[in-house]
Amino acid sequence: MTAESKHPFTTVIGLEVHVQLQTQTKLFCGCVTTFGSPPNTQVCPTCLGLPGSLPVMNRRAFDLSLRAALALNCKIASFTKWDRKNYFYPDLPKGYQISQFDLPFSYEGYLEVVDTKGAFEPRTVRIIRVHLEEDAGKSMHDETAGTADSRIDLNRTGTPLCEIVTEPDLRSPEEARAWLNELKLLLVYLGVSDCNMQEGSLRVDANVNLHIPQPDGRLAKTPIVEIKNMNSFRSVERALVYETERQWGEWQDTGAEIGSMPKQTRGWDDSAGVTRGQRHKEESSDYRYFPEPDLVPVTVSEEQVAAVRSTMGEPPALLRKTLAERWDIPAYDADVLVNQGPELVEYFEDLAKKVGEGKVASNWMQQDVLRMLNERGGHIADFPVQPTAVADIIGRVKKGDFDTGRGKEIFAAVLETGKPVDEVVAGMGIAAVDEDDLQKLCEELIAENPKIVADVKGGKEQAAGGLIGQAKRKNPNVNPGKVRALALELIRALP
Amino acid sequence: MTLTTRSAAELATALQQGETTSVECTTAFLDRIEATNPTINAFLSIDRDGALAKAASVDAARAQGKSLGPLAGLPVAVKDVLCTTDQKTTCASKMLKTFEPPYDADVVRRLREADAVILGKTNMDEFAMGGSNENSAYGLVRNPWDTDRAPGGSSGGSAAAVAADMAPLAIGSDTGGSIRQPAGLCGITGLKPTYGRVSRRGLIAFSSSLDQIGPMARSAKECAMLLQTIAGHDSGDSTSINTPVPDYLTDLEKPLQGLRIGRVAAHFSEGLDPEVAEHVEQTFATYEAAGATIHEVELPHAAYGVPTYYLIAPSEASSNLARYDGAHYGHRWDGTPSDDQGINTFDSPLVEMYCRSRAEGFGPEVKRRIMLGTYALSAGYYDAYYAKALRVRRLIRNDFTQAFEKVDLIGGPVSATPAFKLGEKTDDPIAMYLVDLYTVGANLAGIGGISFPCGFTQSKLPIGFQLQGPALSEPLLLQAAHQYQQTTDWHLQRTTAISS
Repeated sequence: MTAESKHPFTTVIGLEVHVQLQTQTKLFCGCVTTFGSPPNTQVCPTCLGLPGSLPVMNRRAFDLSLRAALALNCKIASFTKWDRKNYFYPDLPKGYQISQFDLPFSYEGYLEVVDTKGAFEPRTVRIIRVHLEEDAGKSMHDETAGTADSRIDLNRTGTPLCEIVTEPDLRSPEEARAWLNELKLLLVYLGVSDCNMQEGSLRVDANVNLHIPQPDGRLAKTPIVEIKNMNSFRSVERALVYETERQWGEWQDTGAEIGSMPKQTRGWDDSAGVTRGQRHKEESSDYRYFPEPDLVPVTVSEEQVAAVRSTMGEPPALLRKTLAERWDIPAYDADVLVNQGPELVEYFEDLAKKVGEGKVASNWMQQDVLRMLNERGGHIADFPVQPTAVADIIGRVKKGDFDTGRGKEIFAAVLETGKPVDEVVAGMGIAAVDEDDLQKLCEELIAENPKIVADVKGGKEQAAGGLIGQAKRKNPNVNPGKVRALALELIRALP
Repeated sequence: MTLTTRSAAELATALQQGETTSVECTTAFLDRIEATNPTINAFLSIDRDGALAKAASVDAARAQGKSLGPLAGLPVAVKDVLCTTDQKTTCASKMLKTFEPPYDADVVRRLREADAVILGKTNMDEFAMGGSNENSAYGLVRNPWDTDRAPGGSSGGSAAAVAADMAPLAIGSDTGGSIRQPAGLCGITGLKPTYGRVSRRGLIAFSSSLDQIGPMARSAKECAMLLQTIAGHDSGDSTSINTPVPDYLTDLEKPLQGLRIGRVAAHFSEGLDPEVAEHVEQTFATYEAAGATIHEVELPHAAYGVPTYYLIAPSEASSNLARYDGAHYGHRWDGTPSDDQGINTFDSPLVEMYCRSRAEGFGPEVKRRIMLGTYALSAGYYDAYYAKALRVRRLIRNDFTQAFEKVDLIGGPVSATPAFKLGEKTDDPIAMYLVDLYTVGANLAGIGGISFPCGFTQSKLPIGFQLQGPALSEPLLLQAAHQYQQTTDWHLQRTTAISS
């Protein structure tokens, strides 16, 4: 349910997304950017801001951000420069952040999000600007130890960060979440960022207010609130739902409109499920931006843009179409596969190629590979069953060696034991248990299990499941479905 | 002849010919420093052990016939604004009293590779902010020609060291005249190279778009020797110029026939000391006699140079000096409750630590400039101050570009007066800022300028002459100064105002 269907207003949301670029080294020095290293081990005079140190731009980071901007359909500035954003904080060792102020390297783009289940209309979200800046370090405030000390880790200081600012084009918390998913998918496909929110490589702030039509035809707008501290897309959605309700309540109480107070910043408290106002002082900073004199402006030629574009690969929106066409699978299937990320698509295409039939491969991907992946957790790159093995199983099903159900069991066994398909098939004696043997086996089981027989006869058919395990123990090659069917038949035939 | 009265060029020859050794030579200068520094205070730190060890290794290498760098065994003094791994780098500030850089400045690296012997670090105005060297947290520097007078600044320690024979060569930095003005007031030669010619890496920033490191010595020829070593592209400084470094000694001996020197009438308006004016005019005459021609040129926006400079430099400084917050290194307030600074309420313990650390660590001139710059960059004032200053800077640069279509170099005074009395301007910041009147233009335009002695006042105070040239005109600037020094002996005169 979206908020607007419950209430007589439109929710208006704009997002500000910070994405760490997937570079080996920092934006203005040669330090590596690996996450999770011991504190202050990935630092040098430049990112520590020591006296006399100077920044030198990492061209790879710039090209990666160009790739992101192009994928977001942005215009690329032929001339862009760096600015200093000045503020004091212990995790900002220079006392300023090198960022871009009035001449960002890209501007005026858009990214569309479509929900295949039709939960909302396709939404094109305009992008105001994408700019590049350096990340700050991390402050760890020790509030439990009873000391006032804070610890600073500067490993992150200087990591390249792309800031993506949207127009307030989103109309519901659900849309915001879906759009963020699409953005993340895009950046992951392009190799721009791993977008790992837990590791802080993607951070989101949201601006939200309500547009409330008045009886006199005027449109009342509630004060814009910026929400911070959301650490998952789910939190973004929850925070926006909460904030929408809060603003609606406040509007009903106070009637306060935009402009009646300075823009407010509220922090999301995930465990309490509420947003809380932050001190006004923290919002009214004057960053005294001015051009960074230690760096030269960057010029970007048409050729450079073309070069970046040529190595960009297919963005997800396009890939969904080409995948559906290339393998003759429904749009829904393509959507599910693409949304799982590039490695899974690669797995699927490998499988589809080997199977020679896209829809069959897609079904196996969704019903077996994805299901198992979700159950086990982890990433497709670490999935132990290779497409060759899955294709082998599918091939045998098609040949009539065994039915699909049996194939799925083999797949599960291959996954569980890590043994090759041949071995698993042989071990399971799939070669076929002949009908007489099966009949004899079931008769034995019925004789040995009067309680189960009585239960089944008493109407509890599911009790027959108890026989399957025993059957497998007697002969691992039996088909459980067949055992069940035959046993039930025999029990029913009993007087 | 004592070793310390010899020029670097003479010493180089003596070393090559085995007439003396680097240890002998270095010892002589160290002894001279020891004797003279209590009076002059040109050095903040003296590295006797390091210098002698380097000298000994150069002597040993020379004895073994090994190839040596171009400055092999020559003592050099380095302004304490350049990072050195083996000596503290304080910027003459309490803030960096104990700062030991983990790296050498690119210029220091080049000096070491050229086998120069670094004697120590010279005094300066705190964070290079000042024109008299009275702003050092470690005591003022005295002018070797009259110890009641200022040596100029901010490279006052380097200038005084060369003038007082404490070092034959010195490194300075020039943001608004900080090499040329003290060189002029101390009777030595100093070159501010084109912006980007010498790497700023490891130079503790005052104003990044204006700072430039340069050589200071007795003569233009020795400045050329030193520039040869320190100039060159550095991929670690994005503003470094990536064009080959010419041989600065090649053209020195060429005559000046046909050289066009510009003269700016406005330089001779009110405020210029008559004795200075007289010697500067005399210098033009000397050039004419040597075959140069003098042409009147205009720099219409020159009058706006000082105000423009005092918006841009403090603005950048307010940001460059933000890192000295007590959090990571440098001076930190020890937590002693105090109301000395006049403020007692703080938003948080962190803000109190910031404010008190900075209040204690910075001297008054640094604070003044940080406040000026912070103000000029603030919302609501940026356009009126900083942005306008950038526009005027462009006009000033255009003035020079147009002037250099008519002339090769522009000549004139370095400072309006000879060395002034210590304390004379300390209570009048505006008067102090005006000492940069003739020098800030070259920094704002990013071009080169050289200052060299062109006479003495009746009371035996040196008077400097400045030549400014287009970007990368260092060979011509050095040639013109050298040719002048071939026909005059001002640069050879030694002070008798101090005894050792």
